Amino acid sequence: MSQQNKNEWPLWEVFIRSKAGLDHKHAGSLHAADAQMAIENARDVYTRRMEGVSIWVVESKHIRASDPGEAASLYEPATDKIYRHPTFYDLPDEVKYM
Amino acid sequence: MSLIYTLRLADDALILGHRISEWTGHGPILEQDIAITNTALDHLGRARSLYQYAAELFNQLPDAQKTSAFTSVAINALVAAGTPVDEDDLAYLRDSGDFRNLLLTEQPNGDWACTIARSFYYDAFHYFYFSALQHSSNAALAAIAAKSLKETTYHLRWSSEWVIRLGDGTEESHSRMQQAIDNMWMYTGEMLTMSAAEQEALAAGYGVDIAQIAPLWQNRVKEILDEATLSLPSGTWMQQGGKDGIHSENMGFILAEMQFLQRAYPGMEW
Repeated sequence: MSQQNKNEWPLWEVFIRSKAGLDHKHAGSLHAADAQMAIENARDVYTRRMEGVSIWVVESKHIRASDPGEAASLYEPATDKIYRHPTFYDLPDEVKYM
Repeated sequence: MSLIYTLRLADDALILGHRISEWTGHGPILEQDIAITNTALDHLGRARSLYQYAAELFNQLPDAQKTSAFTSVAINALVAAGTPVDEDDLAYLRDSGDFRNLLLTEQPNGDWACTIARSFYYDAFHYFYFSALQHSSNAALAAIAAKSLKETTYHLRWSSEWVIRLGDGTEESHSRMQQAIDNMWMYTGEMLTMSAAEQEALAAGYGVDIAQIAPLWQNRVKEILDEATLSLPSGTWMQQGGKDGIHSENMGFILAEMQFLQRAYPGMEW
């Protein structure tokens, strides 16, 4: 297994900005030998139907993910704190687009 | 006449695009399979634009010139019937002798290094060629060249990086890349030699001076080969003929595969 991994190109996570002013969003992942090739592969795999104007890549091994086993302690305490949503204010009619 | 000049560029794009498209589904890795297929589509898109323009030029010719333009029976039958030709007729109804693509473009894919070497020589030349042709006095050719330049800039970057990656890679990748660079070398001379149609185009103001592009191409090739730790081939004998319709046996096989359906079932669409 480790021998097989040694012969494979590393995995990269790809983030695409669909147009100027918007955020880069995770689009998927792909294999590439280096960062430059990762950007070019991303261009060919993820922007060939005009999906983007900017690409970020980061090697997947650099991503730290939260532990699903800790979901109860990390996320559930927020479920009964609906007052954190700013929905308890009366907005004057003059304020638009909120 | 500008018909021959335009057709030659179209034939280059169609034949190289077809060759590259043979990799579809066979690329060394999924991501590169998609990359090279995108490139094939760029070439085929360029071929379409050029054939559409060539068809327009052909249909405007006086009848006497129409009947003497091609030697292929199938397209001459259309001409004799007075039917205007279109892009598909030019691609599917001409035989090898009427194609004027470079011999380089019809070379078999071989291994990955061979495909890369063929594209690298072609891309490095056409980057400079389209840079010049986008200022052509012919508006249609200038517009196609401007669009092609953007695609070719990327193709050249892609093929150059592969030459460097394989040349400056392992012992095996280095020797295979050197072999491919050496094997394709004798087909590069034809690119740098002007045909009668190209000289006429230059004199008339819509063509490109290949004598000015040749040293730019040589410098770029040397630069990339140096970086790839590969040696510049030194052979001086160059194979010629493609620009005059004299092709290798490869061309018959390419056309047989590409044209079979339209020849067996004329006008078939799906």
